[in-house]
Amino acid sequence: MNRRDSLKALGLTAISTTILLDACKQPETKTEAAAPEESAKEAGREQWEIDRDKKLKAETFFTKHEMATITVLADIIIPKDDVSGSASDAKVPEFIEFIVKDIPEHQVPMRGGLKWLDVYCFNKFQKPFVEASEDQQISIVDEIAYPKKARPEMQAGVTFFNRMRNLTASGFYTTEIGVKDIGYVGNAPNQWAGVPADVLKQYGMENVKV
Amino acid sequence: MSDFQIKKSPTVYDAIVVGSGAGGGMAAYVLAHAGQKVLMLEAGQNFDPRLDSHQLKWPWESPRRGAGTVRPFGDFDASYGGWELEGEPYTQKNKSEFEWFRSRMLGGRTNHWGRISLRMGPDDFKPKDGLTDAWPITYADVKPFYDKVDRMIGIYGTAEGLENEPDGIFMKPPKPRLNELFIKKGAEKAGVKVITGRGSVLTEALPNNNDRAPCFYCGQCGRSCKVYGDFSSSSCLVNPAVKTGNLTVITDAMVREVITDKDGTAKGVSYVNRKDLQEYQVNGKLVILGASACESARILLNSKSTSHPNGLANSSGVVGKYLHDSTGASVSGFLPQLMDRKRYNEDGLGSVHIYSPWWLDNRKLNFPRGYHIEYWGGMGMPAYGFGGGVAQMNGMVPGRDGKMKEAGGYGKSLKDDYRRFYGTGVGMAGRGTAIARESNYCEIDPNTVDKYGIPVLRFNYKWDKDEILQAKHMQETFLSIMKEMGAVVTSEIQGADTNYGLLNPGKIIHEVGTIRMGDDPKKSALNKYCQAHDCKNLFVVDAGPFVQQGDKNATWTIMALSMRTAEYILAQKKKQNI
Repeated sequence: MNRRDSLKALGLTAISTTILLDACKQPETKTEAAAPEESAKEAGREQWEIDRDKKLKAETFFTKHEMATITVLADIIIPKDDVSGSASDAKVPEFIEFIVKDIPEHQVPMRGGLKWLDVYCFNKFQKPFVEASEDQQISIVDEIAYPKKARPEMQAGVTFFNRMRNLTASGFYTTEIGVKDIGYVGNAPNQWAGVPADVLKQYGMENVKV
Repeated sequence: MSDFQIKKSPTVYDAIVVGSGAGGGMAAYVLAHAGQKVLMLEAGQNFDPRLDSHQLKWPWESPRRGAGTVRPFGDFDASYGGWELEGEPYTQKNKSEFEWFRSRMLGGRTNHWGRISLRMGPDDFKPKDGLTDAWPITYADVKPFYDKVDRMIGIYGTAEGLENEPDGIFMKPPKPRLNELFIKKGAEKAGVKVITGRGSVLTEALPNNNDRAPCFYCGQCGRSCKVYGDFSSSSCLVNPAVKTGNLTVITDAMVREVITDKDGTAKGVSYVNRKDLQEYQVNGKLVILGASACESARILLNSKSTSHPNGLANSSGVVGKYLHDSTGASVSGFLPQLMDRKRYNEDGLGSVHIYSPWWLDNRKLNFPRGYHIEYWGGMGMPAYGFGGGVAQMNGMVPGRDGKMKEAGGYGKSLKDDYRRFYGTGVGMAGRGTAIARESNYCEIDPNTVDKYGIPVLRFNYKWDKDEILQAKHMQETFLSIMKEMGAVVTSEIQGADTNYGLLNPGKIIHEVGTIRMGDDPKKSALNKYCQAHDCKNLFVVDAGPFVQQGDKNATWTIMALSMRTAEYILAQKKKQNI
């Protein structure tokens, strides 16, 4: 296969994996026999991985109340702005529901952290976090969102918020909305010709050679 | 249990090859092309990068967004395997923490590796410091085979004329990325040489090959390549060997032992089929082990008979000993100069664009041998963990208004920070020579079997002062390079309490040395052609035969030695010696 054929086979733009897989099937290549019981077989996946994902997706970890709290927090962390939508627009809460089942180490800190937040909010404003006013919610977030200046007794909240922020960023920037926002423009067949000339000039790297 | 039986095949192959990775793949390729009837047994399942690669998938196509929950190098990584396999345990001795990575698939670990393809040099084969045993062969003996591997598989790089980093037959190299230019400048100020990387990725069409296409720069070699633009044993060796009509491959064949005749010669291999759990026995005139350094040692140690009471090829008692994996330690951070950088596609290729070969003279240092440095950074595809450091980094440098701000945060200002810091990441890791020691070994654990009833390996491995001081030197060097390039370090500073960030043995997945070659049958298992001293029709073609690795990744040497062994077999067959 020469480069032109391979790029043709890959489809030059707007690649969808299904097209790619079909295009790459060569007549002489043996494919896995499609036995009926293996109809769920996915290329490049071991059966135990497929079964595990299916099982996790069928389970529910967070309660409705917990999911509502996660949604409010996620949208405080990544709100809609001029460039892109919010965390919930990118279905970040659904991602968090999946990932705590996938990586169970998240479960106790997330469940406990949400509870900590509700208790703290209730003591302060006599309401659980989701029912507090926006100003009240932000006033609490301000107490746990800055690890270095947070009061020592807020440490449990800080630890929880760090995790929540990381999961929100993971969930948001790995969606189409997030990838577009951050400006990642790769993952497509191309010819790498080196750093563009204007960028080399910007950083004074025109004469650096390896 | 009444229907228990061992299914014996009447066919006698010219050779049985165990394992389909770099070593097994190359041996099968050479023999099958020479007309030998070869049977290959692979413990894992079938895998063809063209069909099975996750290349060009987006993070949202993985429910875990590429996290390493089920695959240690991420959800899109090619490897069916990891450091832990269900039902296939290994054990430790004396508080060892050796970690053993296994890929159960056609092509083995070559499907996901970094494609960094370095030759060992003259000093690696014949060390001048006298600290470790010399190989029974020299660089000059292996050079013709390195050359042939270069031409056959394809490798990019630049001729540098460095004595112990021998040049190969190179295709054009990839251009450096922006962060790599910063590294080059900073490293030079720190006194560290940086040269073009060397990798088995086709940057040009491979002459006389219609199966493989050149790289299209997605940077995803770890997922394996649908157009076979990089080296995997599955795509470059095994599949072409099957096409000759001379190679038969049986997958899901977990080898139990090598069967020997009364006179001690190998006559076949017994294996359990992982799917139907039935026992099988196949016969061959030769047995060639390429199951990986540790797995081949395990098979030999488990192949006990009256003529080989200590395990096959083990009258010397060295099988399993001298196990060594490359050292590894790293530092990472970010380049504040690159904040708010212009976006463009800099995926490049999926091996290294640049690296630093070992550059110092050990006479002036407090540890032997050395390490090379691999670098990373730039505008990569987001995956699970993305932006994890931003809430610390945004307190380390001034904000848009020029004022320092509090680390952490949320909302529109944090969202802006994710954009500002994107693509500023930079880091480096050392891969160094670990000394081959008799006291570091794997052996059969008499008390433990895997789910197939095969006795498992038990590891005994300790890093010594030599490796720890090397890691200390790595840390000092990396911090100095980071400083000279104006980077901010975000990884933890490692000290004596953590052995300077030296990773557990096995973590670098360069384990070698368990079935060492040598001229003296009392001190080695194999002769200089990787033929067992005790059993003339038994060969080992993985990293087991290594006497002592350099700081170079093992794969290119595995392939050169395997090709050399296969050609030796053909020559000996012609002379009717085996």
